[in-house]
Amino acid sequence: MTMAETFTVHDPRGFPPHVEGKPLAPRLSTLEGRVLYLVDCLFDNSEAFALQLQKWFGEHLPGVETRIIQPSESWAEDPEMCAKIQRDGDAAILGVGL
Amino acid sequence: MPTVAVHTETFARLARSAARVKGMPGTRQAFVPQPLIGLSPDELFDYIVGGDPVNGRPFMQEVIEGLTRPLDARDQKGVSFDRSAPRLLEPDSEDNLQQLFMDNAWTDYMPIVLPTEERVAAMLAGTSRSPDDRVGRMRPTLYREFWEFNVEKVAVNAVMAGARPEYLPVILAIAAAGVTARQSSTTSLAAITLVNGPIRNEIGMNYGIGAFGPYNHANVTIGRAHGLLSQNLQGGSVPGETYMGSQGSPWTFSAAYAENEEASPWEPFHVQHGFQASDSTVSVFTGGWYNQWGTGIRDEWEEKFRASLRACEPWLGPMLALDPLAARELVKRGFDTKAKLLDWLVDNARMTAREYWDNQWSQTALRPFAALGEEPYASILKADPDELIKMYRPEDISVTVIGGETTPTWNMLCATLENGTTLVDAVNRGIASVDDWR
Repeated sequence: MTMAETFTVHDPRGFPPHVEGKPLAPRLSTLEGRVLYLVDCLFDNSEAFALQLQKWFGEHLPGVETRIIQPSESWAEDPEMCAKIQRDGDAAILGVGL
Repeated sequence: MPTVAVHTETFARLARSAARVKGMPGTRQAFVPQPLIGLSPDELFDYIVGGDPVNGRPFMQEVIEGLTRPLDARDQKGVSFDRSAPRLLEPDSEDNLQQLFMDNAWTDYMPIVLPTEERVAAMLAGTSRSPDDRVGRMRPTLYREFWEFNVEKVAVNAVMAGARPEYLPVILAIAAAGVTARQSSTTSLAAITLVNGPIRNEIGMNYGIGAFGPYNHANVTIGRAHGLLSQNLQGGSVPGETYMGSQGSPWTFSAAYAENEEASPWEPFHVQHGFQASDSTVSVFTGGWYNQWGTGIRDEWEEKFRASLRACEPWLGPMLALDPLAARELVKRGFDTKAKLLDWLVDNARMTAREYWDNQWSQTALRPFAALGEEPYASILKADPDELIKMYRPEDISVTVIGGETTPTWNMLCATLENGTTLVDAVNRGIASVDDWR
């Protein structure tokens, strides 16, 4: 039995960025009396989903004020929308995203 | 601000992977069943009052607790880590290395040429650029992180694809354009490259008989190299994690072609876009969704073209690829300039506003622009539902000449250079110089 010839080859992968840990935002003690943004991310039927989510909060947690909001464009950051949510809201649900 | 992201269950692996590489593996995520598209309000409400199929608890419990459950130590810091790898792999036998490359999803599951140090060095002789020169960056989709790459990394993937050193400037130009051929879109997008200028003949590309088929070493291996470099230099193309195309696309195996400039009655594609005929370029299109086909510019050609155009997708316009015989027949019918033909195509690509807005991608990608008042989308939104609106702007359609003159065929391929929205994630949109990489 002979030893198979060995080869040294390159790793074909690119250079990944270093992953830097980021903290999550502190959570709320309660949603009662808070403003909750429901971010419709513009996929097909995601607005209808947000409306049903709003309906659920109205029936089960009426003390939570829900506001539906959309970004200006699909698949893109919307700094104005984010600033509005930060300014006027206490928490957000984003969806339905992939 | 506390947030919860809602996804469908099919995307659970992807969503968790994306959170991890953003340094926030504890990102609060809740899941509903797939699909959402086509469901009634009542069916959507049933999802909301039902269970989270991934976390195994009531969906709304996941949502509420995601916003209110206190952070643990990991949540408060996130997780940092490094993924860099040595330049060379551990030595092994050819069989074991072929298996290793497949096991790591570094191939397209056809045999590769192993990128030995000698072969990569030989490939690098195809360019005057330094192996360490930065070429660009790429990612499988907009919400993933960019990975970067240099000339040597592109050369490694070119070797794997079976390319020759003289093709390397073309492959580097494609890589520099930053358009991935392994786009993670659920719609199975692909990338299609058109090569123009003297480089076509210098490396022996085929733009004649069988140009779209597997009949030329340069065409096939350049297209394959684009695929391999995309999946390896962007951080992977793994189904369920970094690739979500529901059906996949045959255009992803290899899709690099050259224009038959010599037989075209019009100016070459790159000259139409401001380059000199003596320049060599690559134009990297995003597409691969559809393909209409016909033979001849016959008496009823206008009806055939109108029907074919209407079968195209509004959001991703077509590239009309004409055999030189078909192009010359159009010249006989009065289209002595490409501009005249483009005008005709834009004016005759029509569908009702109702059908236009019933299209999922018109709704998702174009309607937000209409809402912002951007034209032509705002006017299309205001149109009567039965009005026959124009589907495309002039820049949404490309005309090229490809083929070997055995019969006057033509194809309308889904291939878009620039569609005004951000899904086409190119660093340098449009046409890139090959000469910069010689």
